[in-house]
Amino acid sequence: MGEDGESPKINHSFLRDYVTEADVISTVEFNQTGDLLATGDKGGRVVIFQRETEPKGESEELGESGEYNVYSTFQSHEPDFDYLKSLEIEEKINKIRWLPQQNAAHFLLSTNDKTIKLWKVSERDKRPEGYNLKDEEGRIKDISTVTSLRVPVLKPTDLMVEVRPRRIFANGHTYHVNSISVNSDGETYLSADDLRINMWHLDITDRSFNIVDIKPANMEDLTEVITAAEFHPHHCHLFVYSSSKGTLRLCDMRESALCDKHSKIFEEPEDPGNRSFFSEIISSVSDVKFSHSGRYLLTRDYLTVKVWDLNMEKGPVETYQVHEYLRSKLCSLYENDCIFDKFECVWNSTDSVIMTGAYNSFFRMFDRETGRGVTLEAWRESSKPRAVLRTRRVYTGGRRRRGDVGVDSLDFTKKILHMAWHPAENIIAIAATNNLYIFQDRVNAENQ
Amino acid sequence: MFSKGTKRKFSDGDEDLSDESLVGARVASSYSLQRQSLLDMSLIKLQLCHMLVEPNLCRSVLIANTVRQIQEEMTHDGSWHMVTEAFCGTGQSPSERLVATEVLCRSREQDAEPKLFSVISYEGCREEEVVADETLCSVSVSDTVSNVCLAGRMGQCWEKSELSGVERDEEALEDSREDEEVDTEDGASTEGPKTIGQVFGTFEIKNGSPGPDSALEELFSDVDTSYYDLDTMLTGMQSAPKMGPYDLLDSLAPSHSSPSIVSTPNCRSDLNELDHIMEIIVGS
Repeated sequence: MGEDGESPKINHSFLRDYVTEADVISTVEFNQTGDLLATGDKGGRVVIFQRETEPKGESEELGESGEYNVYSTFQSHEPDFDYLKSLEIEEKINKIRWLPQQNAAHFLLSTNDKTIKLWKVSERDKRPEGYNLKDEEGRIKDISTVTSLRVPVLKPTDLMVEVRPRRIFANGHTYHVNSISVNSDGETYLSADDLRINMWHLDITDRSFNIVDIKPANMEDLTEVITAAEFHPHHCHLFVYSSSKGTLRLCDMRESALCDKHSKIFEEPEDPGNRSFFSEIISSVSDVKFSHSGRYLLTRDYLTVKVWDLNMEKGPVETYQVHEYLRSKLCSLYENDCIFDKFECVWNSTDSVIMTGAYNSFFRMFDRETGRGVTLEAWRESSKPRAVLRTRRVYTGGRRRRGDVGVDSLDFTKKILHMAWHPAENIIAIAATNNLYIFQDRVNAENQ
Repeated sequence: MFSKGTKRKFSDGDEDLSDESLVGARVASSYSLQRQSLLDMSLIKLQLCHMLVEPNLCRSVLIANTVRQIQEEMTHDGSWHMVTEAFCGTGQSPSERLVATEVLCRSREQDAEPKLFSVISYEGCREEEVVADETLCSVSVSDTVSNVCLAGRMGQCWEKSELSGVERDEEALEDSREDEEVDTEDGASTEGPKTIGQVFGTFEIKNGSPGPDSALEELFSDVDTSYYDLDTMLTGMQSAPKMGPYDLLDSLAPSHSSPSIVSTPNCRSDLNELDHIMEIIVGS
């Protein structure tokens, strides 16, 4: 190109980042048995992992569990264009939710900003052979060559996983869909965008019921948006939604068709001592999850995770500091937009441990019984396969131990936003940009 | 983040201060500077939404609420009062001066956008290094205001002007890349200054007129529906000369620029030069 021999080498590292942008994982979800794990990415693809079943009896004694291997990959959503507003519609998968299994096939819902799709995942491992009218390649036989009749038989073949779209729920949302949640009735599900929540029937794609609408008559009066929503795990008439002002609203669909009026509102009064211009932003709830028991709610705001009792509206019953050391950095985090990062939170199977993500590839787990938290890291270079995870620490004062990380050396581009916990066992899936980490609890820690 | 030299309190004049109150004044002005910086940052964030994809509504709402919060506090402080006082002509009633964004002599509702930014940037321009030529500014204001006032006035003067890009810094005008600059300005204009109303308005196709007069209504001005006209977007022509991001950046004092934006041109502009060019364009 240029003749200038002294021109600096072109730095191609940005190209690498660009290429893998589409691989950034945007959602992770186990199915109800935990045998399947689905991930969605920014490029609109869904990858399903399946847990290998353990044939060996001895492996159980060693405490080994099956590994997850790729089961199927498919393109769920494509980039789209809204011609009316001249804006692109991202194909990024915002959420995946599995339906409870009813037959041999698996069903999952995946959504981008605008459209929800129901996918059927089925296996084919047999094929009929011995047709009378078709030959092995499927060509029609010449009838004169057929001398005898036979019954076609099913022969085993290589496993083939077929994924087909069964329903497409389009045009239901003007704003960006942030949550979907399958109802315990097995027939309906809700989808929530910034201002509205719709309820759909899984079999009906051309109609949905609007159950919450917080859009003001005048958009200029808008001060609050919906950030997450979920159905109650057992009561099909209850759902909860969180807002950017840090409130949770529990709604009962039996009360009225439009649930703008909440049954209960969960709100913690603001701490006047900690008030700043960023108070509202950091109080915005980024994720809300019912406990498996259905009695508690787990919420994540920028600096904390909170456990709420459905019976007590005036405040959370437990509050855990995720990264309190960031409180003095809020202005910088506002400047680089990190303050708007939406972290998810999850319960373990027994509702005794809660987990959420942080920066620098760290994620935090809190034991509700002891109240103690631990910091772990999802980073390839510091953990070999089957190695025991070390706990990490962010240095915030006092005695500095080896391995402590200073607050100023945290990498804010390495954020753990999405994660999932196996419904029955202590297996967790952590998404770290374009990498998926699966960690399993070992009964015998000696085995590495 | 802020210039070190400015230690004046906004509300107090230049009376002699005792040591104690001097410290207090410094703390107060430091807070004011921080607050101003936050306000500038927030406005830029609202403006610079990437308009290929719809901006994140949650983020926009949170930033808008922050802006509103700062504005309310400034109103209580009296800082806002000084701003509005500077821009309102003598003919306006005192109560209007305290109205948050009802500033600048209004000729058209579409000028609501430049109002907000001009007002905000007033605070930023209240720096010693800003030189303003009072004679060119037809509004009787104190010296520190005129630069911003001028930007706003120009916006109103050139109603039909397609070359709204001329509002900008004379450095850009003198540059041989003037055409490119104008195109950029047009390009930026299509993105538009992202006032609250416009940010939320991208999600709607609205034809409504702005609501009844109120401080916050003006802050969240109505959407210019010509924005959605594909032709308008493509050609970058709009009925009202919008104050694009560059104008706001112009108005911000250099010391208040956030690192993420390109270094802002100095507030100081050769007003004679601009005036001359304006005459040529208007054809007077």
